[in-house]
Amino acid sequence: MTAVTESPQAPPAVRAAVVPEDLASRPSLRETVDQTLAMAWRATKKMRRNPEQFFDVTIQPLLFTAMFAYIFGGAISGSVKDYLPLIIPGILAQTALTTCMAMGTQLREDMDKGVFDRFRSLPIARIAPLAGPALADVIRYTIAATLTILVGIAMGYRPGGGVLGTLGGWLLTIVAAWSLAWIFTWLGTVARSAQAVQGISMMIMFPLTFLSNAFVPAESLPGWLEAFVKVNPVSHVVTACRDLINEGQVTAEVGWALLGCAAVVAIFAPLAVRSYSRKL
Amino acid sequence: MNDTLPSPTPRDDLAVDATGLVKTFGRPGSSVFRAVDGVDLQVVRGEVFGVLGPNGAGKTTMLSMLATLLPIDGGRASIFGVDVVDQPHRVRQLLGVTGQYASVDENLTATENLVLFARLLGHRWPAARTIAADLLERFGLTEAATRQIKNFSGGMRRRLDLAASLISRPPLIFLDEPTTGLDPRTRGQMWDTIRELVAQGSTILLTTQYLDEADQLADRIAVIDAGRKVAEGTPEELKAGVGSSTLHLRLTDRTQTAAAAAVVERALGEAPVLTPEAGGLNVPLANADGAGDVLIALRQAELSITTATVRQPTLDEVFLALTGHHSEPTENDHQNDHETEEVA
Repeated sequence: MTAVTESPQAPPAVRAAVVPEDLASRPSLRETVDQTLAMAWRATKKMRRNPEQFFDVTIQPLLFTAMFAYIFGGAISGSVKDYLPLIIPGILAQTALTTCMAMGTQLREDMDKGVFDRFRSLPIARIAPLAGPALADVIRYTIAATLTILVGIAMGYRPGGGVLGTLGGWLLTIVAAWSLAWIFTWLGTVARSAQAVQGISMMIMFPLTFLSNAFVPAESLPGWLEAFVKVNPVSHVVTACRDLINEGQVTAEVGWALLGCAAVVAIFAPLAVRSYSRKL
Repeated sequence: MNDTLPSPTPRDDLAVDATGLVKTFGRPGSSVFRAVDGVDLQVVRGEVFGVLGPNGAGKTTMLSMLATLLPIDGGRASIFGVDVVDQPHRVRQLLGVTGQYASVDENLTATENLVLFARLLGHRWPAARTIAADLLERFGLTEAATRQIKNFSGGMRRRLDLAASLISRPPLIFLDEPTTGLDPRTRGQMWDTIRELVAQGSTILLTTQYLDEADQLADRIAVIDAGRKVAEGTPEELKAGVGSSTLHLRLTDRTQTAAAAAVVERALGEAPVLTPEAGGLNVPLANADGAGDVLIALRQAELSITTATVRQPTLDEVFLALTGHHSEPTENDHQNDHETEEVA
């Protein structure tokens, strides 16, 4: 055998003496949080190297806010200025959905890479590779929500809820985006390809945003549609945002919206972790 | 090499203990493919165990099951006595896995990769950075530390991948085809690195397609074919079946093949193997010096040859000797038929 070169680490044999019973049988909560933060750090490194990930969250708020306000403003509310209190919270919710949709596609692409084999072989919490990117994605939601509100203000929107109310709506948008992202994370773990995730995500996103009260008052719709619009969780987020930003009030709708978000996370996060752990 | 851990009872000295491992792909009823079909594997602590087999033999699948990456469809397996199915988290703490395709992050730099894995394994930031720097130096990657992996050569990726597997200083290391696709020089470096690990007392389970690699590194070898273990033993024991080298002969007159075979058998006391192309003979030799005796015997029998080559037995020849068929399925099945009889 060749000569032993001195290594900076202790010989692995030291660990061989470890009694397997001494090893933890599952990661602790603290370890899970640490591992999630490490995964979030990885995701931010990736974002920095692929700045195109920020195109949608910067261009979309600018484009959609101006476009919808000028197209529908006159027809729905009489003037663009009167439409803004209705549309800005709507756009916020829509932005939350479209930006968090990218989660699934990106995760699917990421999971096909070799590094995920290593993540699976490491003694780390199974949720960390999913929760890490979700946490880093909050940066994107923050940019999108902030820009949407700023564009609205630039167009003449004066939120009636004041600074606190606006901040509340802004925060709710980010929380909702993070929560809904778990639906797409789950899709990313079950679908076979990134294209499939993209397609299914679109099919979920369009009905959820357009069959809501985001752009038009629910009362203007036919009865059967109105019924769906009223149970659509996006409608609750939109109404809650309106209550916060326009009225500065924490209404029951805010409670329903938060409860809905919690329910989405409670259902889809465990589903995502389960299908991720099973996947090759 | 096995003296690092004296064993009180026979089973306690095993790093890997698997019995009747089965992995099937495809749905029951339709065409079920048994990628691993009842393999037993016992790896003693401190040894290098080689799993030798052609592409698609089920080597990687077997390793993936042992590393908790694939569910086990049949049989049972334990790592240092910890059950792989019941205690996956504990098993993962005992293992370092280096995949066939480097499992590092393409978008991160070498340092970032190692820092990430060190952080995931519970090291604080400063410690993670120190570990990363130390490992990069040890693997000769310091100069490439700030380069993204997508700009790395194949050999550099493998080295970084191996470095990443060592962060937790695992007592057992899986190396899945560590040198496939590497040029000879890089391959030699990889072998040296693996020998260093062995010298430090790590147990290594290695898969390879190359007989010489298993020969160079492994204390014991299991030969896997179509999901089954066809042989197990030390490199010497396995090669005894095919000789340490092979003399390949081609006769000028192919009709004299049988006569030549008889001459060779008289000279060495062992029958040669007829090669698929007519007029060719493969003569297994206990050592290369035997080639001279064969050539002299042929000359005395006035049998003329066009070529004579001495080389190490290939994996294919070991396979042929062990299984009676070639390691890679050939289009001409009849070849296999007529060769099966040659092998005892």
